[in-house]
Amino acid sequence: MDYLLQHPGTVAWRTLQHIELVAAALAIACAIAFPLGVVVARKRRIGGIILAALNAIYTIPSLALFALLIPLLGIGTWTALVALVLYAQMLLVRNVAVGLRGVSPALIDAARGLGMSAAQIFWRVEVPQALPVIVGGVRLASIALISLATLASWIDAGGLGALVLYGLQHDDPSRAVAGALAAAVLAIVADVGLRRLQHRWE
Amino acid sequence: MEKPGGASLRLHGVTVRYRGRAAVDGVDLDVAAGEFIVLLGPSGSGKSTLLRTINRLVLPDAGTIEIDGRDAAAEPPEALRRGIGYAIQAVGLFPHLSVARNIAVVPELLGWGQARIAARVEALLALVRLDPARYRDRYPRELSGGEQQRVGVARALAAEPRLLLMDEPFGAVDAIVRADLQEETLRIHRMLGTTILFVTHDVDEALRLADRIVVLKDGCIEQVGSPLNVLANPATDYVAALLDSKDAVRRLQLLNARDALRSATARPEMAKGDDWPRVTPQATLREVLSVLLGGASRTMVANDDEVLGSLSFDDVRAALARTEG
Repeated sequence: MDYLLQHPGTVAWRTLQHIELVAAALAIACAIAFPLGVVVARKRRIGGIILAALNAIYTIPSLALFALLIPLLGIGTWTALVALVLYAQMLLVRNVAVGLRGVSPALIDAARGLGMSAAQIFWRVEVPQALPVIVGGVRLASIALISLATLASWIDAGGLGALVLYGLQHDDPSRAVAGALAAAVLAIVADVGLRRLQHRWE
Repeated sequence: MEKPGGASLRLHGVTVRYRGRAAVDGVDLDVAAGEFIVLLGPSGSGKSTLLRTINRLVLPDAGTIEIDGRDAAAEPPEALRRGIGYAIQAVGLFPHLSVARNIAVVPELLGWGQARIAARVEALLALVRLDPARYRDRYPRELSGGEQQRVGVARALAAEPRLLLMDEPFGAVDAIVRADLQEETLRIHRMLGTTILFVTHDVDEALRLADRIVVLKDGCIEQVGSPLNVLANPATDYVAALLDSKDAVRRLQLLNARDALRSATARPEMAKGDDWPRVTPQATLREVLSVLLGGASRTMVANDDEVLGSLSFDDVRAALARTEG
């Protein structure tokens, strides 16, 4: 705890950097995953291929994925961002697709029968119905990314991982503990917050 | 509430094929404005598919459908459906919308103003006997099955449709609530004069609700007629078996004491015994039979102030016999 008490400013700054990286990755990942999830829910064959590809990415060990991206993108924040976005796809796309597929056919029938257009059915019935499951995916992805982002310091992308890495390399355990602790708190806060959001829609 | 009246409907040669098999096979049907038509048949008879051709949820492979003399295919399907009420089982309510928002769906699609929608929601909740102040802001899951169903009916009636399609709307509620909802549906039908097409596989429901019953088998019409007519004079063995038309008690339920008074032995001057039990002219013959089985030789048929006549076992039997013909 020494490090945390002596350098609260550094921990706060690294935490903020961590949040920025995760938030940016999550926002980009959601923007990509939503349309992909819709495709997976609607088109069985293309959907199967997309899910298989995302699953393959998901099984690559995270450090190995960072390593694979270095020849393409070099080291730094951008590489970390791309890796995190790729990782999040699996969790996000799967939940969007599961959520949309789970909408009761009777509701869609009722919506059609009342005279809604396909777009109105999608935005007014299917998306609101799928929202708890979609938010559940965002929750899982955010926890996974907060944890993964600690590895981003290996490729010089900063964040709380930098404290952990430096602490381990320079025999400064209290610095490593401070970084790990902050990351854990961050993950718990994200989990609780998004869980609440999820339940509000259920 | 304003009485929007009912639309007339004409189906001609309506055919729907699924994988080469005809689910609906050349159906012709004329429905007068304000009629209550029940499509009756077991599952697979095509009754639901036929209903769904009317609001083009199912596109017919052949045939025409005219509503108030206009070809239903001439209009964009969404616009057509907004003008036709549609009620299905309670699961059709949107769980994420309040009762008021559920009822407001079609008026919102039609672009009504907020004030007009709010007033309409109030009026409709009152129509289906749900206190607007208590129910407006609740969510479907907070309601009983019967209450959900009432909201479903209110939603179907929201944009003052002249035609209402109901697809087994009361299939998911228990018998007591169902009887209650049937009574409400009849009351609303009398009040608004809306033309109703109602799909069910429940024979008693069909007999209770219909002006005319359309019996379907394998996508074809077996018989069309009034409940009593279909029950007493089944056109085919299939209809007889489906309606269990040998069951005389079922038929007695469709006749009332007033009908039976036309029998020769039931003249008013016969109504003398003060100790005879009384029934109203609206009482069904099943109720009369039940009273007679209690031990009286005759039962007196009387309004509050006027004795109309009396009925014996023989009169009930004669009334039953007259329905066969």
